[in-house]
Amino acid sequence: MLRYLIGRLLGLLLVFLMVSVVAFLLMHAIPGGPFDEFQMPLPPAAKANILAKYGLDKPLHEQYFRYMGAALRGDFGYSFQSPDETVAELIGRTWPVSIALGGITVIFGLGTGCILGMLAALRPNSPLDYGVTLLATLGMTVPNFVIAIWLILIFVVQLRLLPIGGWSSDWRTWVMPVIALGLTPMGIAARYTRASLIEVLSADYIRTARAKGLGESMVVYRHAIKNALIPIITVLGPRIPDLITGTIFVETMFRIPGLGKFFVTSVTQRDYPMIMAVMLLVAVVWGFVYLLTDLLYTVIDPRIRLA
Amino acid sequence: MTQTSPTETVPPSASLALATARGAIVLKERPPSNLWLDAARRFSRNRLAMGGLVVVGLMIFVAIFADLLAPTPYDYVVLSEARQFPSREHWLGTDEVGRDMLSRLIYGARISLIVGFGVQAIALLIGVPLGLIAGYFGGWADYAVMRVVEVFTAIPQVLFALFLVSIFGGGLINIILAIGLISWVEICRLTRAQLFSLREKEFIEAAHALGVPELQVMLRHLLPNALTPLIIAVTIGIPTAMFTEAGLSFLGLGINDPLPSWGKMVGNSFSYLRLYWHMGVFPTILIASTMLSFSLVGDGLRDALDPKTRT
Repeated sequence: MLRYLIGRLLGLLLVFLMVSVVAFLLMHAIPGGPFDEFQMPLPPAAKANILAKYGLDKPLHEQYFRYMGAALRGDFGYSFQSPDETVAELIGRTWPVSIALGGITVIFGLGTGCILGMLAALRPNSPLDYGVTLLATLGMTVPNFVIAIWLILIFVVQLRLLPIGGWSSDWRTWVMPVIALGLTPMGIAARYTRASLIEVLSADYIRTARAKGLGESMVVYRHAIKNALIPIITVLGPRIPDLITGTIFVETMFRIPGLGKFFVTSVTQRDYPMIMAVMLLVAVVWGFVYLLTDLLYTVIDPRIRLA
Repeated sequence: MTQTSPTETVPPSASLALATARGAIVLKERPPSNLWLDAARRFSRNRLAMGGLVVVGLMIFVAIFADLLAPTPYDYVVLSEARQFPSREHWLGTDEVGRDMLSRLIYGARISLIVGFGVQAIALLIGVPLGLIAGYFGGWADYAVMRVVEVFTAIPQVLFALFLVSIFGGGLINIILAIGLISWVEICRLTRAQLFSLREKEFIEAAHALGVPELQVMLRHLLPNALTPLIIAVTIGIPTAMFTEAGLSFLGLGINDPLPSWGKMVGNSFSYLRLYWHMGVFPTILIASTMLSFSLVGDGLRDALDPKTRT
């Protein structure tokens, strides 16, 4: 187990380093920088001075090590789009918003999805089952910005029930973003819960449970559900980083001041320190969630051992 | 397994006698068939998949004959007719600068398909060779390829595409390249997994024993047998690529004006949504139905080509 963990952590570290090198190299490969002739026409001596100040006259690998050394201490430099704020401060301000939105979405999507999937599995081929399958398919295929447009047309333009955007403690600002984002995880959860519960319900130990006279609800809740939920973790675990690292379209459309929205402005304004920091952050979050999913798997299902 | 069929318990010769002794078993001759005919038959029985195929076919037809079908060119601007609701002259209304929505949606189908197929072509070009190398050689080659795969899974697709666009800029070609560059991972993984199971098979051993060169074993013996999952992955990858393009264009970072893109039309409609519903409704309906149809065709293909994995 310890060996497995160390091996995995080393693998993740390697991936993290590769992400950082690739991102760093690509950013320095592009022509044009903040101290170009075009941006800042300066006499050569002054320019050399400035380049030296920011370490830009050093060879590329030295710049990389300087950057990573600082980054590991939490210093990602200053953001171009709001120069009086460090990148770390900007992320510290925007990420909690994305985490809150992602968290509510995960709870909503997984909760409703699992319940719908269970209901569908208990009555296969009923109208309810077809309805759930249709909803799940729509949720999995229709892009979230399309759903968001429809929600705005219905709830804002037609019914005038909800505010069009923003993010506050008022629950009405949450409704549309959470639905627009949550339909995809809901669809996936419903589909996989249904398939896996149907499979589990035909297992031998369920027949045993019924044969010894357990009530149907006991069979389903105590014996079937637990085992049916295992596959869901593998399917949805890897999606959680997508949700908590900011959901670009929905945050932009509903003017939610989260990480995703700022990533988009970083891209349009070529805010490289911010882009680099977000890429590194996302890679780290992904690595941990990935590892956590595997570990959680062994806790829930003792039959699975990590070699 | 509690029930066993007689053929499994009785030696072959005896089972033959059994069958003839009973005499009642009439063997109906089945028309000669192969994998593809079988798959086509199974696919045609799947109503949802056939419905999806009809929509996809219609879309391809519209994309090819866009020049004949569209009432006006996609960049034909009549400023005095901006933001008109659907009418007899403009069936689906006009956009914010007075271009006919129907015409732009028709040409948009072409852009969407070019992106969808172009991206998958790049994904195949990168994913298949890497998957072949990883799956065929294993060991260090496999370890290296899998770490690269992890780099590309670590960053969400749209985020990665945005990153690439921030560096190389937008436009049709760059968008296809950027999305292609992040879409090969699934294909690579599938090719590798297929090769792992195939390379232990006897016919590969036979090929080696006969002295077939390695490259030929890979391309002539292994790859064709790994084809079905790849076909399914490509079909499912097309709507994903279209989604990413629509998303980037929606944010204003994708296809450049005046080329029409459904995603860009949705993005442009956003600020007019309160007053001009038609600008947002039609492109979103097209995006949704296209994505749905391609997914249904993909699911249908999976069921038809690989009946074992049916859920």
